[in-house]
Parts: sequence; structure tokens; C-alpha cells
Amino acid sequence: MTQSLTGRGSWLYFADSAPICSDLRALQQMPLKGDTACPVPACRRRRVLSFMGSVGLVTPQQMSFSEPLPLKSGAVLADYALSYETYGTLNAERSNAVLVCHALNASHHVAGVHADGSVGWWDNLVGPGKPLDTGRFFVVGVNNPGSCFGSTGPMHVNPATGRIYGADFPVCTVEDWVDAQARLMQRLGIEQLAAVVGGSLGGMQALAWTLRHPARVRHCVAVATAPNLSAQNIAFNEVARRAIVTDPDFHGGHFYAHGVVPRRGLRVARMIGHITYLSDDAMDAKFGRALRAAELGYSTQEIEFQIESYLRHQGDKFSEYFDANTYLLITRALDYFDPALECGGDLARAFAVARQHGFLIVSFSTDWRFSPARSRELVKALVDNRIAVSYAEIDAPHGHDAFLLDDPRYHGVMRAYFDRIAGEGMR
Amino acid sequence: MSERKDLELIAELVPAGSRVLDLGCGNGELLAHLRRHRGCSGYGIEIADANVLSSVQRGVDVIQLNLEDGLALFDDDSFDVVMQLDTLQHLRNTERMLKETARVGRIGIVSFPNFAHWPNRLRVLGGRMPVTRVLPYQWYDTPNIRVGTYADFEVLARKCGLQVTDSFGLQGGRVVRRWPNLVASVAVFRFEGR
Repeated sequence: MTQSLTGRGSWLYFADSAPICSDLRALQQMPLKGDTACPVPACRRRRVLSFMGSVGLVTPQQMSFSEPLPLKSGAVLADYALSYETYGTLNAERSNAVLVCHALNASHHVAGVHADGSVGWWDNLVGPGKPLDTGRFFVVGVNNPGSCFGSTGPMHVNPATGRIYGADFPVCTVEDWVDAQARLMQRLGIEQLAAVVGGSLGGMQALAWTLRHPARVRHCVAVATAPNLSAQNIAFNEVARRAIVTDPDFHGGHFYAHGVVPRRGLRVARMIGHITYLSDDAMDAKFGRALRAAELGYSTQEIEFQIESYLRHQGDKFSEYFDANTYLLITRALDYFDPALECGGDLARAFAVARQHGFLIVSFSTDWRFSPARSRELVKALVDNRIAVSYAEIDAPHGHDAFLLDDPRYHGVMRAYFDRIAGEGMR
Repeated sequence: MSERKDLELIAELVPAGSRVLDLGCGNGELLAHLRRHRGCSGYGIEIADANVLSSVQRGVDVIQLNLEDGLALFDDDSFDVVMQLDTLQHLRNTERMLKETARVGRIGIVSFPNFAHWPNRLRVLGGRMPVTRVLPYQWYDTPNIRVGTYADFEVLARKCGLQVTDSFGLQGGRVVRRWPNLVASVAVFRFEGR
């Protein structure tokens, strides 16, 4: 294995198995992109992009569950499988496990790099020597049921009917996901997590863990999240859902049988979502009123401004890989999350069961979709219960997307908190 | 004020086992001390990123808030002790924060630089604003937007309906109970709401 640096990342040369050729230069001379195979016939060597402090090459795993999972809606999910990844080593006491929960369009691929060259979505946080240090913690990423990255979802066959689920895939809530994750932890031999961590919708799952399985987790790290969605927030989700559902290629959610994908709907859904993940300032700094061409084209339908081009590109990319039914399911899980509801709207009462936990809550000043005010509601509910909580409000310009970036103040606090968890001796 | 000895002297005002809210907790040193030596628990409030980080690193629970926004996060009498050490002089709404301190805590503890300390008086007599160890800033760049004296605070406490249960000065790492308004650079008050 040899490495050469290119900017922040590095190109990792490796081979899963023999044979490999003696001439590394053949692969080195190939254009630098994603995952490249050695051009020498029969040689199994490949080159992928890797990053400093990366957990390196990772391979997703699958766990099947035959016992049906009862869902909040009353439905059950039968015969399902979960895709997951793990990084680091579970210690002898099985006390150093940290679960990372994903948000809307992410997956179990949290860190490291896949053979196809794709880097984990939270690779800047998770890895050897990183704030969530895989040298000390055993980190688990799970793809939630209903998603479209390997776990059982609407694109799979419903064992009850022998047909693809499509729109019939049962609606899952944040709590249902947490229950599914808890079963996986059980199977991995993890009785109690050192911590559960997530951002945005992932943060909601982290919170729900402390309410639903309080004895099975010690710390909760909830970033850029909220105790529920506001009307405005539900409204954005509804616009996205209508874009998908009204696409003629959607076929009531059973488009798989028609051999089509409601790409137009997915594109628009992604475009509206993307706008809400960025701050006004960040968008202005990146695009301003920059034009794509040298001068205005006086067209109502062609792209004039760079921001239009960017949004269309994001929409196109998204529609290539994301499942339309998954988008509907996941935005619904966001809408439904409201732990205070069962306590007459009293969030403090909802968190009364979480008294033994430690919490770290983080928000970002320019995040208008999951604003600091919403995080302060969480902090208040915890303080009312005299629960150990630290709260950092990071003054970052990037909007909601800041939780995926590596702002040093943000990552500094994350590192300090995980250091604290490690310092507790992972009893 | 940040001197270790002063901090320990002020910590002695806090009953063992108290739930403490430390407004402007800095790097969390006091709360860490109270937890270790007096079995206290509670939170620190800080606005500065670096101090929030230091507090988390010390294992102190810290909540990043701007005190100018008030203490709406905290219910009435939800803490045994609310501390405001070396913080009051940085706040615009001094009077409101004092009332908030008394609302949220059973006991309030406040410390601040005593502007009437004799070297300061001499300096003002000489026609210049004081620059000392406790007040190290020039008049034009000081973050101390409220300058008051030991005696001034007694008046403000009365106006806010606070009952002062103990008060003293600190000078050179010692408690000063005789003529504190003249011979102490730091004023310390412990009070309860009436």
C-alpha cells in the first residue's frame, strides 16, 4: 500500500486479492477520479480517494431480522434487513459503542471510503484521531428501514404479497427507526451505548433514544435539530412531497412496475430542500447574482443565474440515486416527530425519563430550518429536569448544512465532549 | 479577580451540595472547584466560544447564552445559588440581571471591581481614570461598561428589594471586612430575594 497526497485527500492504492502487477505506474498514470482499476490485465490493484485520519476502506454489512418490528402506526415490518457499517473495535466490556444516526439523504456510510470511492458523509468527524475517535470508540452507522441505501425499503419485495412495496411500504417514525437500531445493537452484543449522535433528523433519533431506551444509552449528542418541526418546516416538506406525487411518472408510488422514475418530482424536491439547508448569506457569497452567460438571454425558461444552474445540477444528481417513496417516508418521519405530544405538549415532562443521561446540544446561528431557538427549547426541557447538558451555539455562516462541515469551534466542542465520555472510563 | 485565592474565598459562601448557576462562568474553574470540593452541581452560562470549549473540556456543563437576553431558560427558584462573578460590570441591563438572579436562585452571590478602592480614588483625584490590576483597561477600551462601588451596590440591592446576608471586600487574596469600600479592590455580596 502506498499513498500520495493530493490536497486534503490522498489516493490509496490497494488490492483485495492477488494477483497484482509489478508496475504501479500503470495505475498512477490513470486519470484521478473516484475508484480506478489498474489497466494491466488480471491485476486486482485499485486506487481510491482517501483522507488523512480516515478509517480507510470499509465494506457495508447486512443483518436480517425475522421477528416482525411493530411500528407506531400499528403496522408491522416483517422480514427486514438493515445495512450498517462499523469502525474501530468494541472493547471487552462492550462499553465504548457510539451509534451515528443519519438524516434525510444519508446512510450507514458514515466514515471511511467504499471501494467505489465514495467517502462517508461524516468522515470529517469520525475516524482515527478525529473528534469521534475510532481509536477509542466503536462507531456504528445504520441505514434506517424505508431508506434506499441497502436496508429494507419501498423498492424491495413485500414478503406478504410477493410484489414490490412501493407506496405500500409502512410509514416509519423516528421512534420506529430507533427501535430497529436498538435491535441491531442487541445483535451486535451492545447492551448500552456510550453515546448516540446525530444531526438534523439524526439528532431527533439521538433524542428519541434517551426517551425510548433510556437504560441502553448514556450520552446523547444532538446537533442542528429540534423538538418537532414548525408549520413552516412541515410546509417545505409538503411542497417537496407534492412535487414527487404529482409527477406523472410516480404512478401512485408504484413506478417500479412501469420501469420509470419520477425524476422531475425528485429534482424539484431536492431543489427546495437544498435552498432551506443554506443560509441567505452563504448562498449570496457563493452565487450572488452571477450569470451563467456573459449577458442576459431574456428567456423565461433557460438558465440565467448561476444559482439556477447549481440547483438544477443538485436536483439532477439527487434524482439519479434517491428513491421517491423514501423521500416521502423520511419527510413524514420528520413531520411526525414530536415527543412532547404524548405529554400534553410538555417537553420537560417528556424528558423526565432521561434524567441519568448526559446531553450535548449544538446549533448554528444561521440555521433557519433548525434554528438555535429550537435547540434552546430542548436545553430548557433538560434544565427543567436538572439533566446534565452542555449547549453550544456556533456562529457559523453556512445555515443548516453547517452540521456536516468541520468548523473548528463546532468540532472542538464535539471532541471535548467525546473526550469526556471516554474519560468516564466507559463503565 | 481570576486569582485562585479569591475564587476559593467566594466558593466558601456556597453551601455544600448546592445546585449552582454560574452566570459568566468563564473557563468553568469555579464550577469545577465547587463540584470537587463542595459536592455542588449545576450549569455555567457563557457567551464566548473559547470559554464554552474550556468548560466542556473541564467536564463542566455549560450553556452558551447571551446574558443580555435574560434568564428565560430558567424557572423561578430553580437553583440554590446563582453566581455573578466579575460579570455584572459587563452587562447593560445590570438591574434586570440582578432581579433575575434573585428570581432564579434562592441565594445570589455577586462580585465586581470596587471603583472606590483607594488607589482608584487617588487616580481620579489626580484627574485620570484608574488603571490597576483589577481594572486594567484604559477608559476608552474597557469592557466594564458599569463602574460602581461597594457602597453603590448596597444602594442598588435595597432598590431591587434584595436582602444582603453577607458582604465583604477582597484584597490581596484576603477577606476585608473593615472599610471594604476604601481598602478592597473587589466587592463581594451574598443576598436573598425578600
